[in-house]
Amino acid sequence: MPNAAVKACSNCLVHAPEMAERYGNTPYMERLSHPGSEFLAALPKAGQSYEEACRYAPNLTFIGALSVDGLPARPQPWLRNLEPEAVRDGRFGEIMPEDEFLGLMDFCDVFDLIWLSLDFAAGVKGKLKARNFWSPEQLARLEKGRPLAEIEAECREQHALPLYFGGRVVGCCRRGHETDENLSAHVLLENIASKATSILAMMHLLRNSGLPPGEIDFVVECSEEAIGDMNQRGGGNLAKAVAEIAGCRNASGFDVRAFCAGPTAALITAASMVAAGARKNVVVVAGGAVPKLYMNARDHVKKGLPALENVLGSMAVLLTEDDGESPVIRLDSLGKHTVGAGASPQAVTTALAWEPLEKLGLKLTDVDKYAPELHNPEVTVPAGAGNVPEANYKMIAALGVMKKQLERGDIEGFVKERGLTGFAPTQGHIPSGVPYMGHALEEMKAGRLKRIMVIGKGSLFLGRLTNLADGASFLMEKMAGGAGQAAAVTTRDVEEVVLEALGDLAAALNR
Amino acid sequence: MDLANQQRVKDAAEKFGADNVIVILGSSDAEGAGIYAETVTAGDPTFAGPLAGVALNLPVYHVFEDVVRAEADAGEWENQISMMEMVLDPAALAQAVREMREEHGQSVL
Repeated sequence: MPNAAVKACSNCLVHAPEMAERYGNTPYMERLSHPGSEFLAALPKAGQSYEEACRYAPNLTFIGALSVDGLPARPQPWLRNLEPEAVRDGRFGEIMPEDEFLGLMDFCDVFDLIWLSLDFAAGVKGKLKARNFWSPEQLARLEKGRPLAEIEAECREQHALPLYFGGRVVGCCRRGHETDENLSAHVLLENIASKATSILAMMHLLRNSGLPPGEIDFVVECSEEAIGDMNQRGGGNLAKAVAEIAGCRNASGFDVRAFCAGPTAALITAASMVAAGARKNVVVVAGGAVPKLYMNARDHVKKGLPALENVLGSMAVLLTEDDGESPVIRLDSLGKHTVGAGASPQAVTTALAWEPLEKLGLKLTDVDKYAPELHNPEVTVPAGAGNVPEANYKMIAALGVMKKQLERGDIEGFVKERGLTGFAPTQGHIPSGVPYMGHALEEMKAGRLKRIMVIGKGSLFLGRLTNLADGASFLMEKMAGGAGQAAAVTTRDVEEVVLEALGDLAAALNR
Repeated sequence: MDLANQQRVKDAAEKFGADNVIVILGSSDAEGAGIYAETVTAGDPTFAGPLAGVALNLPVYHVFEDVVRAEADAGEWENQISMMEMVLDPAALAQAVREMREEHGQSVL
C-alpha cells in the first residue's frame, strides 16, 4: 500500500504574556466576575519573561534547541533551573517575542482589523526586517500605523480590544461587524492570532524543507478555532488564509477539526491524499490558541510558581510522495476510536494503541517511542491534572500486561524506554504527539529510531453535542528497503499478471 | 471541578434531594480528587463555580474505594477499570476522597 513521506517539520512558540493576561480565558473571565481579585493582581509578576522563556528547557525542546532525550537529564524542576543561555532559534523553529508577534498579526490581517500605533509599528518593522526571515512582500504588508488617539477612540467607542506591549496600549483589534458576535473583536483576535502563529510555523517549515512556497499544492489546517460569521460560524478555510500570506500561490486548502485529535486526523487526511496521488506536496499546519493562555494560572499563582502558560504554540509538517528513503506515515493500519468503542481509558487505549499494531502482527514493544499528549508536566501537575504523557505510557504498558505481552514488573521499564518527557505547551491540539515528529524525523534519518506511534485524543463533550470519547493514531516509520520501491514493484507485478491473463484469454478466444 | 460539572451536581442534589445522591469520582490525581470531594461536600474551595459557598455535604467516593468495587459487576470492572488500577495509585486516591468525606460529607455505603 502506498504511503506518504514525512519531509520536514516545524515547531514554534510565541511569548505573549500581555495577551495571556488580558485575553487568556481564565484571567479574562476572572476580570469579568472578580476584577479586584488577588489572582489578577499577582498575575503580571507571575509570568515568565521572554528571556526566561528562551531559557526554559521544555520550550527549547519544543523548538529543537534541545534534544527530547536530553530533556529529562536537565536539572529539575526546569522552571527553577533555567538553561544558562537564552536561545531564540532551534532546528524546528523559534520563540518569537510579543512585539514582533503584534507586527506579524498586522501583516497577516487583510481586513484592517489590527491597528498599531505609529511609533510601535515603525519599531517593530525594524525588528522584523532585522531577522532576515520575512520576505519583502510580507514586510510591505505591515502598515505604518495610526495615532494612539485614534486607537484609544476605537477601543472606547467601537468595541475594539486594546493590544498591549510593555504595559501600555500599542494597538487594537477591531470588530468585523456591528452586531455579529462571531465577528466581535474578541473572536477575531483569537482567529488572527491563530492565523499568524500558523504562518510563523509555515514559514519555518518552508525554510526547513528548502521547498519554495510555490511548490506547496495543498494546506490542511487543524487548530481549534471556528472561522465564520453568524450564518456559518465554523465556515472555515483558515488553511487558505495562511497559504495566501505564506506565499503559497499554487496551494488550495481546507480545515480539519477534531478538538485535540485534530492534528492527528489532519495528518491522516493529508497522507491519504498524497498516497493516492491526489495532491503532491501537502502541509499540515496548526496555530496557537489565545483562550488557553494562562488556563491553569490560578493554580500556579496560588502555589507561588511561575505562570508558564504565556506562550502560543504552532507547528507544521510537510508530506510528500513516498520516495523510498524518507520516513513515512503508514496508512495500512490506523488507530480509530469508533462510536461503539467505549469511553473508558481501557477502551480508548485498546482502540488507539493496540488494534493498529495487532492488525499488522506487531507487539506494543515493536514501537520504539509513543507520542501521545505531550503536555509539559510542570504545567499540569500543579494544576491537579497529573503527568499526562506518563499516564498515557502507563496505560499502554498496563494494557500490554492485560494482553500478556508484558509482565507487571515491566511497566516502569516500558514507560522509561518507550515514553517521552512532556515538553509541549498546554495549547489543546498542540501537545497532540505531532511536536515529536521533527525529533523523530532526525532520529530516523540517523538510523537511531525505526518506528513511533503518534496518538491524538479529543474531548468531544466540550462542544455539548456528544459525550463520546475520540482519538486517532498512526505509525511513522523508516520502512526497510523503501516502501516506495515496494509499491512500484507491486504495481508492475499486477500489470504483468493482468497482461498475461489477457493474453491467455485472447488465445483461448482465438481457439 | 469545572463549572458545568458543579452545576450538574448541584442540580441533581436539588432535584433528587441530597439523601438520594452519591457522587463517584474517577479522578486520576489524588490532590484533584480531594478538591473535587471538597467541592461536593464543603463547597468550591476556589470560589469560582456554582458550588462556591454551597455545602451540599454529599456522600462522595472514589471509584477505587473497596466499598464501590463491591457494588460493581466483576466482569465490567475487568473490562472498564482494571487497567487503570495498574496505572494509578488506588490507595492514595481512595484515601484523599475518604478524608474529605469523613470531614465534610456522609458515609452511606
